[in-house]
Amino acid sequence: MEKRVLFRSKWLPWVLIAPQLLIIGIFFFWPAAQAVLQSFQMEDAFGMSTEWVGLDNFRTLFADPTYLDSFYRTAIFSVLVAGIGIASSLALAIFADRIVRFAMVYKTLLIIPYAVAPVIAGVLWIFMFSPSIGVVAYFLDKLGYTWNHLMNENQAMALIVLASVWKQISYNFLFFLAGLQSIPKALIEAASIDGAGPWRRFWNIQLPLLSPTTFFLLVINIVYAFFDTFGIIDAATHGGPGQSTSILVYKVYLDGFKALDLGGSAAQSVILMCIVVVLTVIQFRYVEKKVQY
Amino acid sequence: MHFKRLAIAAGIAATTSLSAHAVTDIQWWHSMTAVNNEWVNDLAKEFNESQKEYKIVPTYKGAYDESMTAAIAAFRSGNAPDILQVFEVGTATMMASKGATVPVGKVMADAGVTFDPKAYIPAVAGYYTAPNGQMLSFPFNSSTTIFYYNKDAFKKAGLNPDKAPTTWPEVFEAAKKLKASGHSCPMTLAWQGWTQLESFSTWHNVEFATEQNGLSANGYKARMKINSPLHVKHIDNLAAAAKAGEFVYKGRGSIPQASFTAGECAMIQTSSGFYGDVAKNAKFAYGLSTLPYYSDVKGAPQNTVIGGASLWVMAGKSADHYKGVAKFFEFLSQTKVQAASHQRTGYLPVTMAAYDLTEKSGFYQKNPGTDTAVTQMIRKVTDNSRGIRLGNYVQIRTIEDEELEQVWAGKKSGKEALDSIVTRGNELLTRFEKSYKK
Repeated sequence: MEKRVLFRSKWLPWVLIAPQLLIIGIFFFWPAAQAVLQSFQMEDAFGMSTEWVGLDNFRTLFADPTYLDSFYRTAIFSVLVAGIGIASSLALAIFADRIVRFAMVYKTLLIIPYAVAPVIAGVLWIFMFSPSIGVVAYFLDKLGYTWNHLMNENQAMALIVLASVWKQISYNFLFFLAGLQSIPKALIEAASIDGAGPWRRFWNIQLPLLSPTTFFLLVINIVYAFFDTFGIIDAATHGGPGQSTSILVYKVYLDGFKALDLGGSAAQSVILMCIVVVLTVIQFRYVEKKVQY
Repeated sequence: MHFKRLAIAAGIAATTSLSAHAVTDIQWWHSMTAVNNEWVNDLAKEFNESQKEYKIVPTYKGAYDESMTAAIAAFRSGNAPDILQVFEVGTATMMASKGATVPVGKVMADAGVTFDPKAYIPAVAGYYTAPNGQMLSFPFNSSTTIFYYNKDAFKKAGLNPDKAPTTWPEVFEAAKKLKASGHSCPMTLAWQGWTQLESFSTWHNVEFATEQNGLSANGYKARMKINSPLHVKHIDNLAAAAKAGEFVYKGRGSIPQASFTAGECAMIQTSSGFYGDVAKNAKFAYGLSTLPYYSDVKGAPQNTVIGGASLWVMAGKSADHYKGVAKFFEFLSQTKVQAASHQRTGYLPVTMAAYDLTEKSGFYQKNPGTDTAVTQMIRKVTDNSRGIRLGNYVQIRTIEDEELEQVWAGKKSGKEALDSIVTRGNELLTRFEKSYKK
């Protein structure tokens, strides 16, 4: 029997969602509107004079070939971060789900990176991989592989992907673990009785049942790679060598918060915002069809 | 009855306002860490103990760019500090933001404190002075680029440890010998834009940008000029050294410095403010010397460009705050305070008197090489060497890093990279000009 709640009152639903609307309004729509407004202006750092420049900020950006290059870099970066992040945390969640002894210890250890600030994460990895003093770089050198992300663009990209994935793994892990634990044990047991091995059980039962979680994490991870990784990049590579790790959000951060070019930085955030809106629409329109709730 | 109550209230109000006025807190936001943080705190403490009216409250607000961003946010919400330490790269931004700051010359004059900009080392005073001759910010911790080398490594490579290479060919020669003696990193460079483009230009008395490197009255119209044959030749020479493993790139900003103190790199060009670190941490004999130059360039060596930071007075404060700021600056201007600061930190003595006092005290004889930064600066400055003050300079420095990295990695020639710096930099300068003209 289905039970449905009907609101007869006209104002009660509004009151009930008011706190949420208020928070979204203040912390999302208002700043977003401000960014759009600023992107049409040129302003000195202290806000003493503001000039309306129309689409000038956008024109400057699209006339800059290095800015256009960074779309390509951002695409590679976010696909790598989301892909590797989701795959590796799923694997970890499956292992953690099977463990019987000391499960709590493993889970806690896996969650710890989430408490680390992005900049600290960047610094941590830079210490391990620093060509002069890094432990990992030292051992790679012993193995005959020269690590120098200050000169080698691919290595620099690998470094920031690794650091970003590491930072996000705990978050993904938590959701996957919760998802795995909510799968009814009876299903797994029935499959085992039918003779399905662990791999088959995972592929035919667990993974399809995890698809809503995976989809949610895909959206979250793409947004994370787009917006939350500037601290890691700033600490680890400063966008270098050349511009090889300067993804879109890093330039927003650099121009806005370090160089105080507010108009230019706002224009970039507006572009970034549009990209994420489009990506999210695509995800919900096409990828979500493959999700079974 | 009613009157009595009012009188009591007034009395209470009077006493509380009296106690609030007894000491005026002067907020000072800065970016000095470790040894230099102690120095700043000591200065504040000494001033606070010297009088009863004002209290300087120094607060560390993060690195230079962070504290500037913080102060701007605070200014926009009406809570700016009284004094803000701003790095040289932010000077053009501060100057362009008229109304956000009060010129130091005015603060001093209003408070009736005598202040003589002529007492300052010309290259320092010139940098922080408006074209109309008014000093805008108070020179505090000015530094310049110098050359450090590892004497032990020199000895091992069969080089004379008591004589630093003075020209670029000599530096490259020394790097070759260091490499041959098994040194994995003969030379590195910190702050490559500052040392190899900015200081390099003033040191060789060549133009870095038009409009006297941005210091003229029309400074906002400046455009970059660093793709001259001399600049190209130099960057190509460094690229060749990089290819041969004689110059090893160790990253942006001050990051390469650690490889010198660790003994990994034998030669480095960086800020004179690095001296405190070397003196404390280097476990080898080291030498300080002037930046190398090309002897065939006419007018070289001239003087190097200043770095470091100055103190800006923020607008919108009450008169007693400005009086306190003026008193504090008067305290900082004293020759003995300046000389002590210079000897403690390796930053420049910003006045000639402080330099003379330090010399008389025998400090330079006891610590050979510590006068390098000063002797590089106290020359007659030319239009090419007064300093470099360009708008959007934080972004331009990043462009310099990006392009030079491509050269060190062998992906671009010196000419290609410098042309690209000029093109990309000029776009930012055009933007600055637009926002400045209003």
